[in-house]
Amino acid sequence: MTFTYEIEGGNFSRAGSASSDIKKALKQLDLDYNIIKRVVVSIYEAEVNIVAHARRGTLTADIDADGIVVVLDDEGPGIPDIEAAMTTGFSTASPRVREMGFGAGMGLPNIKKNADSLHIQSTVGVGTRLEIAVNFK
Amino acid sequence: MKIPLLMQLLEARLVCGDAQNHPSVEHAFASDLMSDVLTLDTCSPLLITGLSNIQTIRTAEMADIHTLLLARNKKATPDMIALANQNNMLLLETPFSIFKTSGILYQNGVKPVY
Repeated sequence: MTFTYEIEGGNFSRAGSASSDIKKALKQLDLDYNIIKRVVVSIYEAEVNIVAHARRGTLTADIDADGIVVVLDDEGPGIPDIEAAMTTGFSTASPRVREMGFGAGMGLPNIKKNADSLHIQSTVGVGTRLEIAVNFK
Repeated sequence: MKIPLLMQLLEARLVCGDAQNHPSVEHAFASDLMSDVLTLDTCSPLLITGLSNIQTIRTAEMADIHTLLLARNKKATPDMIALANQNNMLLLETPFSIFKTSGILYQNGVKPVY
């Protein structure tokens, strides 16, 4: 199964709707509760990051019997220092993002904690690509 | 702790959900930071928060939290209530502070997540 979603930067009223759809699809697959939660938390953190930092983005999720691979591409400022961005507490979030309960520099570390693999590519001034994979077995 | 007792202790108002038949609360976690909520490993604690916006409910959905309490007299918005109903959540409001709310629940046997 493949799911693709457009994500609008800055639109917090819609943030998480793609993750919610994917969660519903995963619940149909009779997967372990903890696996679903790890997947959903990872995707949601990444989706919120696009809403918080980018102009727009796409999320594509490929699900098969072995696991899920989610690719998130955004058009945005990019990440100048990925190593720093992976450090808990490092944040460039705006006050508005913080008002929504995010922007504490915990998103990328939490994705890494929950995913079996996380790859980040970023070009400053162009955008960022995250590839998140979680194995079902 | 059963929800009707929790409501009585906290002078809480039911916003949506079925207080009589909702599962009892064993553990609770208090935070205004949704990023912290997303790091929890505990299964379905009560979330006590003063953050009242749509992402409060969305975060609860992702974290498999089904019982939410808005403290500090914060009010749920219509979009929050709609999303909470879609996810079969119980949503409450209390005029008490997070500190007072947490103290009362702890004193009456509700356990911390960590």
